[in-house]
Parts: sequence; structure tokens; C-alpha cells
Amino acid sequence: MEETHQRKKKKVASFWSWVVASIIFRLILIYFPKNLNLAARPEVSTPLTSLRRLAEGFWLKQSSMSPYAGSMYHGSPLLLSLLGPLTVKRIEGQPNHLFFSLLSVIADVCSAMLIRATGKKLQMAYSYSLKSLGLLTQLGSSEILSSGDIAALVYLWNPFTIVTCVGLSTSPIENLAVILCLFGACSRLVPLAAFGWVISTHLSLYPAILIIPVVFLLGYGPDAPPRKLFMKEKYSKNLDESPSEGLMQPKLPIGFSWRPVIYFVFWALLWSVYVLVLCSISLKQYGGLQEMFTSTYGFILTVEDLSPNIGALWYFFAEVFDFFRNFFLIVFHVNILVMILPLAIRLNHRPCFLAFVYIAISSMLKSYPSVGDSALYLGLLGLFVNQLADMQFSFFLFCGYVGVSLLSPVMHNLWIWRGTGNANFYFATATVYACLQVLLSSHYSFPVVA
Amino acid sequence: MALLQRFIFLLLFMMTYQLLPCTGSILEEEFTEELLLKPLPDRKVLAHFHFQTKAPPSSSNGRHHHLFPKAISQLVQKFQVKEMELSFTQGRWSYERWGGFDPMPSNNAKPPGVELWAVFDVPQNQIDASWKNLTHTLSGLFCASINFLESSTTYSAPEWGFPPASRNLRYGTLPREAVCTENLTPWLKLLPCRDKSGLSALLDRPSIYRGFYHSQRLRLISTGPGLGGMAGIILEQTLTVVLQPNGRRTIVAHSGEAPVQPSWSMSSIFGRKVNGRCVLAKSSNVYLQFDRGLAKELKNHQNENKDSGTNNLASEDFWNNPGFELSVKPDGVFEEINGLHSESSSVLYKFSMEKYSESEPCDLSFKWKIPVVWSCKQAPLHATRFLMGSGNERGAIAISLKSTELTEGFLGANSVDDGCKVQVNIFQVVPWYVKVYFHSLRVSVDQQLKAPADVIEKIHVSPSKDKVSPGVMEMILKLPCTVKSASLSIDFDKGFLHIDEYPPDANQGFDIPSAVISFPKFHASLIFPKDDSLNESPMLSKFQQKNPVMSYTEVLLVPLTTPDFSMPYNVITITCTVFALYFGSLLNVLRRRVAEEERLLKSKAATKTNRLSLLLSKLSAKLRGKPWEPPSSPQPTSSFISSKLVLRVILVAGIAMVWQYYFS
Repeated sequence: MEETHQRKKKKVASFWSWVVASIIFRLILIYFPKNLNLAARPEVSTPLTSLRRLAEGFWLKQSSMSPYAGSMYHGSPLLLSLLGPLTVKRIEGQPNHLFFSLLSVIADVCSAMLIRATGKKLQMAYSYSLKSLGLLTQLGSSEILSSGDIAALVYLWNPFTIVTCVGLSTSPIENLAVILCLFGACSRLVPLAAFGWVISTHLSLYPAILIIPVVFLLGYGPDAPPRKLFMKEKYSKNLDESPSEGLMQPKLPIGFSWRPVIYFVFWALLWSVYVLVLCSISLKQYGGLQEMFTSTYGFILTVEDLSPNIGALWYFFAEVFDFFRNFFLIVFHVNILVMILPLAIRLNHRPCFLAFVYIAISSMLKSYPSVGDSALYLGLLGLFVNQLADMQFSFFLFCGYVGVSLLSPVMHNLWIWRGTGNANFYFATATVYACLQVLLSSHYSFPVVA
Repeated sequence: MALLQRFIFLLLFMMTYQLLPCTGSILEEEFTEELLLKPLPDRKVLAHFHFQTKAPPSSSNGRHHHLFPKAISQLVQKFQVKEMELSFTQGRWSYERWGGFDPMPSNNAKPPGVELWAVFDVPQNQIDASWKNLTHTLSGLFCASINFLESSTTYSAPEWGFPPASRNLRYGTLPREAVCTENLTPWLKLLPCRDKSGLSALLDRPSIYRGFYHSQRLRLISTGPGLGGMAGIILEQTLTVVLQPNGRRTIVAHSGEAPVQPSWSMSSIFGRKVNGRCVLAKSSNVYLQFDRGLAKELKNHQNENKDSGTNNLASEDFWNNPGFELSVKPDGVFEEINGLHSESSSVLYKFSMEKYSESEPCDLSFKWKIPVVWSCKQAPLHATRFLMGSGNERGAIAISLKSTELTEGFLGANSVDDGCKVQVNIFQVVPWYVKVYFHSLRVSVDQQLKAPADVIEKIHVSPSKDKVSPGVMEMILKLPCTVKSASLSIDFDKGFLHIDEYPPDANQGFDIPSAVISFPKFHASLIFPKDDSLNESPMLSKFQQKNPVMSYTEVLLVPLTTPDFSMPYNVITITCTVFALYFGSLLNVLRRRVAEEERLLKSKAATKTNRLSLLLSKLSAKLRGKPWEPPSSPQPTSSFISSKLVLRVILVAGIAMVWQYYFS
């Protein structure tokens, strides 16, 4: 007992030392001259998340013009009033956007902590359900670290996260909102979940589909083995009819509980009204909410900006014939929506995993993806490390990710800066990246679904 | 009957006769033609043709024009154009060598390609529609692609940055428009005499287009709305050419000194002579102008040679003096009235074309006797614009202003008081695919970075909207008079376009139109003494207007990244394959039930395993890194496969034979 306690202490200490190390690593990178030019990478900052564009929007607003006047800024007006002043403030002799970089470091650490807490909640629920099924094994002690810790460290030490954090983009904040939503749902803090969901939807639209896993989380509780198993267990137990085991009878996860869901809807409505009122106040003398929606959500849905990124849509819409444009826009967006319902049906017992799959799918198919989105779902993947331990293709996928993240800057350089390559080079890496994400989401969801 | 006819005729004649005087002499349409010749410091000659047609306002609805081109009057009437200027330019005016302060560069130096601006007299919401129609009309009139200015991405509505500051102004440029004779011919068609007689007969196409700079301009002002009738219109057509006289046979008079400038004559630079005036023209004059610098040099030389200081440049016998020789005696010599720069003043020689005819053509020739070196007067600050950065992702536009000798001389004297400021207006339009970050505007004065608010007095920005409108930047800078150099730079991202939006020669790059730099506190005007003969000249009265000094910067060429134009189908198919992969694999995952599958596999394995599946399973096992377990089922005989194979071979052979037979 003493030994395990000591070991646990050691583990906690090592976890925290890794967290501190990751913070120090980020700070070192921030102090590199010009942030290693990461802010200019198309993989890191998209038209939606680039801080440079936010600064432009802030400048336009300061000179009493609508921040959406040009086609520069496509983010939320709330971010503008919160982060805008940080883009202007400079300290002599310090990096240009020090305040914002520090803020994104804090956001990253917060996200990691929330992931850890979510992981703990999930693990508790999991061990509880295993216990109730009578399948309890020595869970915690045999592992090196708990899955929550692993997920948090994966999130913190993922090169994609680090690059996004240092690369002056607003993705860390968007990710934080998504994780806040999941954490709130897992720990049944309905207002927090609603807040996270509303804010993340407001910031980047795609997390709107997370409403289904959140409702499942609130209704059914966190991830558990399929309900069929519980039924089976109950059935077999009932067959025995032994009164002594009646006390040990597994508590069947109660069916769908509507009360928290209704609370969630109420809170979500409240928060969204609140956010919209704040937005309309900050945009009162300009175009109002109409302009905001057209230049944020409209910009996301119509893929207006054709500058290269790691997605596949920019090149597609740069090349596709104009009269097919609308058709393909619909097709690509429907591709996300079509998969929502089947996945929800098959994965209704694993709402957290469902959230992971949704995030992975949307980060693959979204109009302006960045590595920040991958950082989010790879971090969440860490939560399921125990269940997916013996997955096939893990090494192949790992090598694929490494290869793409090394090749994509090279191809970009060849095409844009040297002029020796052409667009197809870069597009090839984007396609490979999309394929990898498809493989990841489908292969990892396979054992969970089955 | 005949009597009746005569009577009616008489009646009509009397009516018109009586109508004419009641509306007064202003009713007459006027046409004047003028040519200004001016030697330039770098051995070139400037020729500036100025044709003006005036249609006075009339109260009648619809009317016949005697001289005024009907196309233009209809255009003005239809689109309610208040003021308009259209210029076609080839080459770039060299502000450093040919001067930047006179009315000539301020009014007539234009950016390369086509520039069009117009002020409309219609309500705000109809202006864009009028502009679109106007561009199409002009495009048809002048055989140019002015209709490209119809798209809202190419024109802008400056608020106060461009001189005729008006809310109804629209401004657009086409920097890449090639200007040639097909644009000149319709322009000449607007003249009453075309190029058949008068000064326009000098316009020999090969010699004009051989020049270093060529700018043909059409400006119209509609004067006052005619009540219920038609407005009066002043149509001003100018053609400015910088030509190189044939200077092969330069005489090096004084070794060690600069060679004598090449002598020239009308026939040597144009290849033609003036065969009298256009009979419809009210006046037809040729002027020879000496720059302030040149006049000063000549005067100095004269004073050296003849000690008697009485001899003035403007005196009558000056036309034949030690500096140069004119073949024709001028009809008048005028010296500029100059308050500010009294040490030198420009000199104008007037030659009337009235007395010449076909039998006695005018061939004004100018012969230098001594080498003269002078320089033209510069604008207060010389502006250049350039691109910074490399690669096709981002860059920066920089405008650099350098002080010229004018600032040093003229402004330096006033520099005692610190309040002295030079006002510089900058107007710049950038196309939408050059995405400018206005917050990155940096201003430095004398190589020191300044806060933009310290230098920029007023700024108006309308940011570009993708595929909708260009970015417009209007600024008023206040620079200290002692400024040596100032520079502005602004960052931009290069946009990525749809393949249809690239022009046919996409790799050539895209043009950013010239920026307009103006100095509102400096007026470029040449004021000549009040003389009846000069007052009548529209060109000189134009020179006397107090217009701000203006200059255009270079056109910038921005290379943009191009996608692969040749393979849209490949991109579509590959992307769709990725989507199919996504859809298929997820569907597969969702559809599968492991338990059932295992059962199915077992039953299948019992019945049949062929070699290919064996190999595949071996391979996949190797990939997974697990030891391969040979299937327990016995190997099926390969007789079935071989029989199938034999059948296939026979089929192919049969087809081949039939083929062979049929085609032989």
C-alpha cells in the first residue's frame, strides 16, 4: 500500500515536471526571433485564426470602420475586443506579440488540465461500469500513467499544439472552448458545457455538431460499454435468481435522463442570446449581426479564400468550374452532416469518443483546417489510450503524420518561395494528410463501434 | 408654286437670321488648335497638341452640331457626365529629366495604359450604373478595352484623394492597356478636320509611336446645365509626345564640354510640315516654349557675349540670337510673369499658322549654336514606388519621397521656423488580390521610424473586398520642410485566384496601378502677360489655372502564384477520391459487426482459400508484425482456376484471330 502510494506520488511529480517543461519549452520558442516565422505558415494560421488579420480587424475598428470592412477579418467581434488591445501593446525589447503568446500558453495549459480532469472523470466512470459488470481488473496500478495524464501530456507535447501556440493563431482559444464544453458535459456542469458549446460554435462553427455528444453525455453519462452488455449481465444474473447477488446486481445505467438535457438547452439558449447581444453591441454602429454572420459563417461555408492550407478544399475550389461550385460546396458540407446520425446511433454509449470522431471528421473536412485542429483531436485520442492500445496501423499513422508535417513545408517552400515546384506538390501533401485523417478516424473508431 | 417655295425659303432664312442674334455670340461652336514645342534637357523635344472644341449651352432640345462631335455630346447628355478625363498613355513620363513642376507634367503626364475618371451629375445610387454604361460607350468609341473598367474590382470612388474631389467621382485605370494607332484614329475623328489639314496633319503615326512617351488625352467639362436643353460642353483633346530628334550628326563644338543639342525641325521630328491651318479652327498657333532653366542659361550666355544688358530674351530680335536660330520669325515673344522665381522665367514664342498654305508650308526648325545644359524644375518631392520582399506569399509596397533641388532651395529658405510643413497627398488603389494590411503602415522620415499619427494628418481607407472592390488609400502627409527623404511602407499578402480569374499570361504578373502624389500647396501655373492674342488661347489659359502639382508613380508588377492550369479534372477526381475514401471507410466501419463477420469468415475459410488470398493474408500478417498462421483448411485444387484460365486464353486468341482476319 505504501509502495503504491509512493509510486503514485512519483507519477504525479513526473507529470507536473513534464507540464512545467512544456511551458518552459513554449516560452523559449516565444523568445526566438520573429517566432520562427511560424505565424506566416499556412499550416498554422488560417484566414480564420490568423492573429495578423485580427490585428487588421482591430485597426479597422479603431479607425471607426467595420472590422469586416475588407475581406481580412473573419473572426468573432468578441475576440476582437478581448485580444485586439493585446496586438497593439508592445514592450521594448520583447517579442512583438508577447502578451498574446503568453495568453495562448495559458490557454494550452488550461486545455491540458481540463483534458486531464475529463480523463479522470472518464476513468472513474469506466472503472465503475466495469465493476458493475464484474469485470474489474487492476486498472490504475498497472499503468505508467493514467489515461487523463497521458492525454494531457500528449496535448501539451504534441508538436502541432506547440507550433499553434507559438504561431500566433487563435486556435488555442478555440480548442480551449471545445475542451471546456466536453469537460462540462463529462462532469455534468451544465452551464459550463453550454457555455463551451456556444463559445466554440461562435468562434468556429464546426463544433456546433458537438451538441449530440454533449446531449448523450448529459443524458446517458460518460462512456461505458454498450448497454447490451449490461442487459445481458442483468439477464444472466436474473436467471440465477440468487438473493445474495441481488445486492451486487449491476446498476443498469439509467436510460436517457431528460432533465440535464433540458437544462443544457436552456443554458445554451441563454448563453447564445448573451453572446449575440454582446456581438450586436460591439457591432452596433457598423453592419450589425447580419454582417457578422455573412463574414464569419458565410466565409467558412462558401470557401471564399483560396489561399493554400493543409486541407483539400482550397485547391479544389481554385480549379473547379464555376458552375459546379455551389454543388460541390453542398456536397462537401453534407459529407460532414451525413455522417453525424449513423455515428451517433452506433456510438451512443461512448459520447466522448463520438465527440472525438466528430472533431476528427470536421477537422479533416473543414474549409480552413490548421494543425491546431489536429492537435485537439490527437489530444483527445490520448483519453482512449487504454482501449486503443493494441490498434493496428498506429506506427504507420505516426510515420504518416511525421512525413506530412515534414514534407508540407518543403513543398510549400518549393512552390511559393522558390518557384521550382508547383501547386500540385503541395496539394499532394494535403491529400495525403486528409487520407491519414480518414484512416485515423475510421480505424480508431472500428474497435469502439464493434 | 416656285414663288411660294421661294417665299417659304425666305421666311425660314429670316427666322434663322432672327434667332441667331437673340441668343448672342456664345451660341457659336468654336474649335482651336495649338501646338507647343519645347526642347527638353536630355536632347529630346516635347510636342504637345491641344485641340479644343466648345459647344455652348443651348435651350433647344436636341440640335445639330457644326463642329462638335456628336458622339461626345450624346454621351454627355445620356450619362449626365459633368467632367471626364480619359487618357491613353504609352511609356512613362520621366519626372526627373522632363520636369515635374510645370503645368505640362502636372496636367498631361499620365500613368501608363488607360486612365479614366468621371464626375457624374446623377443621384448617388445611379452613379455606378452610369459609370458602367460610360465605360462600354467609350470602349466602343475608342477601340480599347475600357469596358474592363466596368467590373467593380477595377474602379474606385475616392473621397478626397484625387484632385476633382467630389462624391460623384469614379476613377479607374488599366495599366496594361496597349495604346496604338487604333486608339488614335477614333480620337482624331472627333476633330473637325481630322488629320487632313491643320496642325493635326503633323500626326504621322510612325513618328509619333517612335517616341519615348506618348499620351493622348480627352477631357470634357460640361458647363452648367442647360435648362431643359443641353449643357454646354468643352472638349479638350491633347496629345503629348516626347520625341528624339535625329541626333546622329551632333557637332562637338567645344571638346570637353557637353555636345551641342541636336537641331530639329517639324519635318525632321514629325516627317511632315504644316500646310496651313484647319479652316474650321478659330485660331491655329504653334508655340515654342523655353523652360525657366533654359531661358536662364540662354540669358546668361547672352550676357556673357554682349555686355549690354539691355538685350532681353523677350525682345523682338531675340529669335535670332547667339544661342540658337529659328527658321521662322515668331509672331510674338512673351515672357512669363513670375513673382516667386524671379531669377528665371519661361519664354514663349508664338507662330501663327494663318499665313501658311499648301504651297507655302510651315517648317519651323530650331538650330542650336552653342551647347546648353539645363535642368527642368522638379516637384517638391520626387516620388518613387517599389515592391519589397521575395516569394509569392507576401510583400510590401513602399513609396519613397526624396527631396529635390526645389525643396532644398525654396523650402530650405523658410526652414527657419519649425512650423513649415510640406503637404503631400497620396492616393493609391490596390487591386483586391493584393491584400493590404493597413495596420502595418510604417512611416519613416529621414530614415527614422515615426509613429504614423505624427506624420499622417488625415487618412481614409476603404479596404478591399475579395472579388468585389479594390482597396483605396487616401492620405495627407505633413512632412517638415527640411525633410531629405521620407518613406511609407505597407505589407500585403498575395491573394490566390480561381483559375478563370487569371489572365492568359498569368505568369507575367499583375499590375498595381500608379499612385497619385499631389502637392496641394504648390501650384503649377505659367502666367503670361495679359495680351489679347494670348488670352484667346485655351492652352495657355489652361496653363494659368492654379492646379496642384501632381505626379504619378510607377506601375508595379506583382507576380502571383499560379495553380496548375492544365489539370482541373485531376484535382477534382483526386479530391473526390479522398472524399469517397472517407465516406466508404466510415460507412464500412459503421456497417460492420465483428461477431457476425468472424462467423462468416470461418465458414468461408472452410470452403475455399485461393492462392491470392493466401498471399494477401501473409502480406497483411507481415505488415501487422504478427506471425503468419497458415490456414488450417487444405489447399484447394487449382484445376478450376486453370480451366477458367484456359478458357480465357482461348477467348482472347479467338478475338485476336477474328481481328486479324477482319482487318487483313
